[in-house]
Amino acid sequence: MSTRDIVLVALFAALMAALGAFPPLMIPAIAVPITAQSMGPMLAGGILGAKRGALSMLLFVALVGVGLPLLSGGRGGLGVFAGPTAGFIFGWIAAAAVTGFLVERFWRGLNFVTAFLAATVGGIVVLYGIGIPWISFVGGVPLATAAAGSAAFIPGDLIKAGLAAAAIVMVKRAYPMIRPAHGRP
Amino acid sequence: MITGLYRAGNSRLHRAGAGRKLLALILGGTLLLAISSLPLAALGLLIALALYGLAGFGPRVLWTQLRPIVFVLAVLFLAQLWLATPAEAVLVVLRFAALVLAAGLVTLTTRTSDLVAAIERGLSPLSRFGLDVAKVSLAISLAIRFIPAIGQIAGEVREAQLARGRRPSPLTLVVPVIVRLLKMADEITDAIDARS
Repeated sequence: MSTRDIVLVALFAALMAALGAFPPLMIPAIAVPITAQSMGPMLAGGILGAKRGALSMLLFVALVGVGLPLLSGGRGGLGVFAGPTAGFIFGWIAAAAVTGFLVERFWRGLNFVTAFLAATVGGIVVLYGIGIPWISFVGGVPLATAAAGSAAFIPGDLIKAGLAAAAIVMVKRAYPMIRPAHGRP
Repeated sequence: MITGLYRAGNSRLHRAGAGRKLLALILGGTLLLAISSLPLAALGLLIALALYGLAGFGPRVLWTQLRPIVFVLAVLFLAQLWLATPAEAVLVVLRFAALVLAAGLVTLTTRTSDLVAAIERGLSPLSRFGLDVAKVSLAISLAIRFIPAIGQIAGEVREAQLARGRRPSPLTLVVPVIVRLLKMADEITDAIDARS
């Protein structure tokens, strides 16, 4: 990790906090608040790549843990980790890693479709793949029940994956951060 | 500077070491989750409530801790009533209330700086495996410094767009902010490297 890597990791952890300060959008049709924060792991992974993206989310989770009110709605502290939906917070680390891994694979010809695929697999499939079993395990409810309770957030997350994908492609054009390894297609 | 959720006080809990409180929380939480016993969960909740009293916190502080999970707990309670027994439903609610209150109490009674120091102490054995604890500390303090700066940058970008007669949308705001952050990263890196 160079100094620059550390600065980037810290900047994206701080960006995640700034996204949490955005007022949530209410979409009447689905009656679920859409917060900007879950775009953070997709952006961090898609712009910084798997390793730095995941580390920035780990740093953000640590900042929440030491008592900073950085989650959307001003929540924070260790109590958040003890709640039944904590898997969706720890899951951000894996979400950024997988989004970053896929964007690195697609890097050469990256376009909106491949970036959207990476953001959806990392930021939705992987995130829910951790968050839902977590609720099921700690809450003692069947997987299907936990999944049904979480499904209402998926439409909002798909919109965020679209926004994140567009941002990932635009930032790549303006200021590419991922350097593909030599000799890899 | 961003302020943490710490609430000043002078109770025994406020004065106890951060590492000890974290250890007690981990042990208590594991015990609570490992044993499915209604009396134990109730006892855990009573202990948590008593500790709030000891720390000098009233019902209002208790409620701020529980409010974010009330909805999820209600759903879990109903799901358990439907799928299992009333006893199980009560157990889930008691257990989470106790856990969330206890964890929140550590946050309320421990300064952010003390918790950061505890993390650094906890990580120091890992330096043998190549972890650079100084770099972890640097990342933590940089991120805390950057948080207010990003809000400021977003405000500037928004104003610039409004001045040019463009309505800021999430995308037209996020991309310029990120590009400015990435450029800033180079300057900050040079500044840090020049000092060390």
